[in-house]
Amino acid sequence: MTSIRDSYEAVIGLEVHAQMLTKSKAYSSDINEYGARPNTHVSSITLGHPGTLPKMNKKTIEFAIKLGLALNCKIASHQHFARKNYFYPDLPKGYQITQDTTPICTGGFVDVKLEDGVVKRIGITRIHMEEDAGKSIHDVDVYDTLVDLNRAGTPLLEIVTEPDMRSADEAYAYLTEIRQLVRYLDICDGNMEEGSLRCDANISVRKKGAEAFGTKVEVKNMNSIRNVHRAISHEIDRQIEVLETGGALSQETRSFDAASGTTSSMRTKEAANDYRYFPEPDLAPLFVSQEQIEAVKQEMPVLPKELFEKYTTELKLSDYDANILIITKAFALYFEEVIAQTKNYKGAANWMIGEVRSYLNQQGKDIEDFPLEPKSIAELVNLIDSGKISHSAASQGLFPEMIAFPEVHPEELANKLNLIQDSDEDSIKGFIQTVIEQNASEVLRYQSGEKQLVGFFMGQLMKASKGKADPKAANKLMREMLDNAK
Amino acid sequence: MYKTYADVKAAMEKGQSVKDILQSYLLAIEERKDLNAFTEVFLDTAIKKAEEVDQKIAEGKAGRLAGMVIAIKDNICYKNHKVSASSKILDGFESIYSATVVERLLAEDAVIIGRTNCDEFAMGSSSENSAFGAVRNALNEDYVPGGSSGGSATAVAANLCTVALGSDTGGSIRQPASFTGTIGFKPTYGRVSRYGLIAYASSFDQIGPFANSVDDVALVTEIMSGMDEFDSTLSSKEVGSLQPTPLKGKLKIAYIRETLDSDGIDPEIKQRIEQLINCLRADGHELIPVSFPYLDKMVPTYYVLTTAEASSNLSRFDGVHYGYRSKDAVGVEATYTQSRMEGFGSEVKRRIMTGTFVLSHGYYDAYYSKGQKVRRLIQDKTNEILAKSDVILLPTSPSTAFKLNSVKEPIQMYLQDIYTVQANLTGNPAISLPIGLHPNGMPFGLQLIGNHFEEKKLLVISAYLNDFC
Repeated sequence: MTSIRDSYEAVIGLEVHAQMLTKSKAYSSDINEYGARPNTHVSSITLGHPGTLPKMNKKTIEFAIKLGLALNCKIASHQHFARKNYFYPDLPKGYQITQDTTPICTGGFVDVKLEDGVVKRIGITRIHMEEDAGKSIHDVDVYDTLVDLNRAGTPLLEIVTEPDMRSADEAYAYLTEIRQLVRYLDICDGNMEEGSLRCDANISVRKKGAEAFGTKVEVKNMNSIRNVHRAISHEIDRQIEVLETGGALSQETRSFDAASGTTSSMRTKEAANDYRYFPEPDLAPLFVSQEQIEAVKQEMPVLPKELFEKYTTELKLSDYDANILIITKAFALYFEEVIAQTKNYKGAANWMIGEVRSYLNQQGKDIEDFPLEPKSIAELVNLIDSGKISHSAASQGLFPEMIAFPEVHPEELANKLNLIQDSDEDSIKGFIQTVIEQNASEVLRYQSGEKQLVGFFMGQLMKASKGKADPKAANKLMREMLDNAK
Repeated sequence: MYKTYADVKAAMEKGQSVKDILQSYLLAIEERKDLNAFTEVFLDTAIKKAEEVDQKIAEGKAGRLAGMVIAIKDNICYKNHKVSASSKILDGFESIYSATVVERLLAEDAVIIGRTNCDEFAMGSSSENSAFGAVRNALNEDYVPGGSSGGSATAVAANLCTVALGSDTGGSIRQPASFTGTIGFKPTYGRVSRYGLIAYASSFDQIGPFANSVDDVALVTEIMSGMDEFDSTLSSKEVGSLQPTPLKGKLKIAYIRETLDSDGIDPEIKQRIEQLINCLRADGHELIPVSFPYLDKMVPTYYVLTTAEASSNLSRFDGVHYGYRSKDAVGVEATYTQSRMEGFGSEVKRRIMTGTFVLSHGYYDAYYSKGQKVRRLIQDKTNEILAKSDVILLPTSPSTAFKLNSVKEPIQMYLQDIYTVQANLTGNPAISLPIGLHPNGMPFGLQLIGNHFEEKKLLVISAYLNDFC
């Protein structure tokens, strides 16, 4: 099977819907909020009552431009909205306001780094603005479907890729990248479980080397990035198997079932809707000026790609470290503040990736809820660098205490805990002298070649100094004095 | 009997209260029930508002429309009042908000007396397609009042209100005005907010008034006009005062030769208009005959585009959320089909199906796209004429009012709109002024089309012509 599978190539394109984090809905002043009591954010406009007209939320345009710029797209200067007509109980107007022939962004790309370090460029066909439908709830009432229209009119950005991906891994990497990006841009919370980020996949397979695309299947209902990966993997296998057993694929829409990890047919192309798109007459055509684009550019936040670049080249951190630091915007911005106050970038990164992250993981908290100011972490790093405190004392003693008393200055706390180490040469030399005198036979063994005994001497030294001797300075002095001991 | 707002004000000066005036209108409505002009009289709220206005007058705080009694077409929403677009599908539906125009008229202390009967969803030219039965012409009850705003037209003709609002998508204000001897005005598309007007064809619809004087048309239009955050298709151009001032200088009036030379036009109407043209010319105005090569394309273009928009606009009436729901329907699919089958009248269904067809995959380019292109040609040609003239003069309708149930062929009915759809295809303001009485006893009108947003100029010319005729 492996070799047969290897003779095929998958062709994948993704359609991502991102709910925008605007305060109000796309075409009304209703609050845009997840989780409110059903049918509470529903004005006459959301309800699609007779005579109502859409009222453009200008913020959505700004969000669309932001994402377009981040994905290297062209921003259309002149565009209009369109109606997509279909009947469904959670679509109160009987049509969805969207963009058809004039999407706001076209022709972009995003570079994603795969596991093996290879960078893959994925083309962005278009990004357009549209509104979400309400929610049909089939599993609460035994007999009836319930409709919640709070979500109706929520602004969406639909991001459509070129059929550039060749594996589930690439789709996974792309989606991870997009989610990180929309979060950095603060235009979507990226929560796939709650449906604020949704993904449909168009998948086909063809023999390697073939030019023509195979029959395309659209897969829906994948509510996590992992499930997108599972669904694509399954669908590729299924399509190859159908072809290999002499069957033919039909152009259809399939639904992913997370429990079984399989897809099943929802509808075929013949049964597909004719959406009868036409220009939305209730919204004036939209003009985006160069000044407007420039203004959005000015307000663009720092992007993960730029931070990664900076961390790996300027700060000389590893790719691995950089990737962890940029995982969320808040975490990266915290780190940015730390390194504004210490020059030991590697040390700061280690603290963030080590102690800070494991604390957050244990507590189930986000960096936003972390009790310490970035300044405190910088001071901690600086205390270690100056030799005033050992790394282990900082990690095990001082750090937990800082979290308990976040308002107290770290050095003050270290003093109180008696953790400040001795780096005064004379005083360390005194301790070493005592250790040498008390362990004459070990000194002889050391001098005759058992250099590993330095560890034993350091242990004795720490005991004698009650752990306060600066190990870095002590280690150097210890070797000198052992070599010279008579 | 108050024919105009000037009559109302004269009566008020003689001591009549707004409530007195309202009562006499209510009495008139009761006496002319046979016209079937009103679908519902808003008795309680009208009386309450009249009392409130009387109070304000006493305090010296009344608005500019104090004493004016206005009827609204039954496709304009008024908060906590029923609105049905004369359709069974909105059976029992009450609006939870008011149209912007209603808000503005109430803010100036007009009394809204009730909602008027019309063709279902404003689709028709005779006001016979109504779930509430046909409307009758105030001048002769055997005749239709025109449509779709027939109830509003006949109400103004019979003096059942001072002013009535209609909506005009392809002539639905101007043609009934012509049929009832009233003045009907369609402002520029984008001048008056459509928020709260139940949509028929969004890029054509416009609210406008019927009245018995140009002054009243001007006053009400002025108050309704201008920016509204709820309608993004409005122009930000300043409205200013629309009160007609005396005409200064001589006019350049274009008239479309083909509208008078076509076979379809009633010879009496043609003769009267030609006579008027000659009089105006003799009076020193420049009358410019122009050719309009797309006259026979107007109605087809109009029907392709309006039915397309209508098929989408009327999707929301699905029996699920509000209004009529078929009692026998089980399941969502059946709820849709049965509710819509039973709730819509046949003309509405015909237009929904036509519109669905022209937007369908495989037909879109041949119909909808082509329609849009022709619309543009008609717009360009109209602008070209108006660049060289003050107004375009043409008949409002090729005939006078016809008898009830006499026009049965849809296409024949559609051709009623031949002279009126132009202003909706192009968005220009247009007015119908009564200019004569046919030997058959029915009135007919003259139509003027003005430049975009030049309502003032159009009304100045209208006032002049109204006296001239």
